Amino acid sequence: MSEAPAIQADGLSRRFGDVLAVDDLTLTVPRRCIYGFLGPNGSGKSTTIRMLCGLLMPSAGSARVLGLPVPDEAEGLRRRVGYMTQRFSLYEDLSIRENLAFLARIFGLGRREIDQRLRRQMDRFELSSMARRTAGSLSGGQKQRLALAAATLHEPELLFLDEPTSAVDPESRRRFWEHLFELVDEGATVLVSTHFMDEAERCHRLAILDQGRLVADGRPDDLMRDVPAAVVEVECAEPQRARRLLLEDRAVLHIAQLGMRLHALLQPEVDGPEQRLAGRLRDAGIDAGTRLIRASLEDVFVMATTPDGRGGAAP
Amino acid sequence: MKRSLVRIAAVAAKEFRHLSRDRLSGAMILGIPLVMTLLFGYAINTDVRDLPAAVADQAGTTASRALAAGVEASGVVRIVDRVPDAAALERRLADGGIVVGLYIPADFEHRLADGRPVGQLLVDGSDPVVQNAARALTQAPLPALLDRVRPGAAGAEPAGGALAVRAYYNPERRSPVFIVPGLCGVILTLTMVLFTAVAIVRERERGNLELLITTPVGSLELMVGKILPYVVVGYLQASLILAIGVVLFDLPVRGSLVDFYGGAGVFVLSILTLGLLISTLAATQFQAFQMTFMSFLPQLLLSGFMFPFDGMPRGAQLLAELFPLTHFLRIVRGVVLRDADLMLMADDVWPLLAFFVVVMALATARFRKRLD
Repeated sequence: MSEAPAIQADGLSRRFGDVLAVDDLTLTVPRRCIYGFLGPNGSGKSTTIRMLCGLLMPSAGSARVLGLPVPDEAEGLRRRVGYMTQRFSLYEDLSIRENLAFLARIFGLGRREIDQRLRRQMDRFELSSMARRTAGSLSGGQKQRLALAAATLHEPELLFLDEPTSAVDPESRRRFWEHLFELVDEGATVLVSTHFMDEAERCHRLAILDQGRLVADGRPDDLMRDVPAAVVEVECAEPQRARRLLLEDRAVLHIAQLGMRLHALLQPEVDGPEQRLAGRLRDAGIDAGTRLIRASLEDVFVMATTPDGRGGAAP
Repeated sequence: MKRSLVRIAAVAAKEFRHLSRDRLSGAMILGIPLVMTLLFGYAINTDVRDLPAAVADQAGTTASRALAAGVEASGVVRIVDRVPDAAALERRLADGGIVVGLYIPADFEHRLADGRPVGQLLVDGSDPVVQNAARALTQAPLPALLDRVRPGAAGAEPAGGALAVRAYYNPERRSPVFIVPGLCGVILTLTMVLFTAVAIVRERERGNLELLITTPVGSLELMVGKILPYVVVGYLQASLILAIGVVLFDLPVRGSLVDFYGGAGVFVLSILTLGLLISTLAATQFQAFQMTFMSFLPQLLLSGFMFPFDGMPRGAQLLAELFPLTHFLRIVRGVVLRDADLMLMADDVWPLLAFFVVVMALATARFRKRLD
C-alpha cells in the first residue's frame, strides 16, 4: 500500500480583501523529511501553514494533509498534526509543567501516560530543571524549547513550525535543528518556515515563496547547482565604485557587497564571466581579482525573487 | 464522552489557575461585592436620619421642652440650634443651616388641652424624601412621644399613638433590607459577565487561541470549561454579599438557604453565558469591557432594582422580562424577605434556564475553531 504524501496542495490560494496572500500554490511534501518554506515577510508562509492546519479557509484550490482533505477533515487530523505558532502561544502565567499537563489532558492522554510523557519531553528539551517556572519568565530559547515540547507532546506524524527560530540566539538555533533531525529519524515529517538562509540549507527539500507564489522548489543542492546564473566573486580596492561600474554591464543581473568583496550574478550564457568583469574594471583603472564560485542558497533566492531572475528558476 | 469530560475538567482547572495567579481578578472577586454592598447599604438610603433642625420654643413650659426632646428622640432630626421666633427659623432654613424647624407657639398648653395642632414644622421641601420624613413626624408620633414623657398630657388625644411609634421604627422601612438582596443580583450580573466576557478575548489577544484551536478541544467543551470556575466564584460572591447583609445590616433571611443557592446557581449560569457571547463578539478586551457595561446599564435601570418594576411603562417591562436580573430580583427578594418557595417561583426560574440554553447555543455557534 502506497503511503500518501505528508502534504499535497493543488492550486491553493487565499485572498484577504484585495491582497492575494497565497497565489495558486501547488506542492508535494514527502514523508519523513524536513521541508522548508523560505521567503521574506509577507510571502505567504504563515497563511499557507494556517490553511494546511485548517485554521484558514482557502479561497481556491485544495489540499490533502496525511491523505485527508483540509479543512473538511481538520478536526480528525488534530491528534496526528502538531503546530508551533510563530508567536509564543502557551500560557505565560502557568508553569512549564502545567502548560504541558494541560495540553496532555486536552489531547486525551491517560493519567499514567501523562506523567511519563511529561518527564520524557522535559528531559529531551532540557526543561526538567525549570519545570515549576512560569512560561512568562523563560528566555527566548527556553520558550522555544517549551513550544516544541508542547507541539510534539502527542507524537504527531506531521509537525508545522512557523518561523520557530526568529527570536533565539545562534546556539539555541543549532540545538533546535538537532531536535528536528531527531524527530525526522523517528519518522515524523517537519514543515518549517524561515527567512534564514543557513536554516533553509539544512532542509531536505525547500520551497521558495515570494509574494504568495512558489518561485522555486527542490533539494537545496540541486537548486544551487541549477541556479540560472554565473556567480563571480570580485576582490578590489574600491568596491562601491566597482559595483556602480559593473552594474552598467547588461549581463550583470545582481551585485551584493560583502565587506571588501563583491558578489556578482551574471547571465549564464556569458563566456568567461570572471575575465569579462576583471577586464571592465581594469579599463576603469581598478585593480581587481575575480574568480568563478559555486552559487549559494542566497543566490538561488535572489535569482528566484528578483524580477530579472524570475522565470528562470530551477524546476 | 469520558474524554470530553476530561477536556472540560482540564480547561476548568486551567481557568482556576489563571484566576488564582491574577491578583487583580482575585481582588475584584472579593472587592466588588464588599465595596458595592457597603456603599449601597450605607449610602443609598431612603430613610432619613439626623436632619439638622432648630427649635423656636415660645411656650417654654416643661411640656413644650418634652415635645422638642421627643421629636429629637425620633432620630429623624438632630437639634443643632435654638432660636427665639418663627422668623429666625425661616432665616436659618433659607441659609441652609437647618432643613427642619420646630415652632412651638406661646399658647402651646391651651392648644394641647383643646386638641388643636400644638405646633408647626417648617420643612425645607426641596428633597421630597426629606419632606416625606418630616411629614411623617407630624402624624402619629407627636402625641405619643409627649405621652411617654408626661403621661396624660396628650389630653383629648387617644393614648394609642404609642403603637404608631413602633410602626415608625419598623425595620421593614430600612433601605438595606430591601436593597441588599437585589444588590446580590446586580453585583453578580456585573462581575460574572465581566469575567467571562474577557475569558476568550484574552486568549485571542495573547495568542493562546491559535494553539488551542489546533487541539482536539471542542467548542462546547471549551465554553463549559470556561464558565465552571466562575460558578464557584459566583457562589462565593453571593455568600459574601448575604453575609455582609446579615452582619452589618441586620438582613433577615426568612427563606431557606437551599432555595437561595438554587436560585443563585441558575441565575449565575444564565449570565455567564451572556459573558461568553460577548467574548465571541468582541475583538479586544477593551471592546469586551464596553459591551459588558452596555449590557449592564439597561439591566440595572429596568430590572426593578433602581425603580419599582410595576411603575414602568409596558414596553420597558416587556424588555426587562428578557433580562436574567429581573427574574433573579423577584426570586431573591421572594426567598430572602418573604420566605417564598423556589418551586413556587417557577415563572421566574424557567426564563433563566431558557436564557442559559439559548445564549449558550449562540455563543458556541459563534465560536469557530478558525482564524478567519
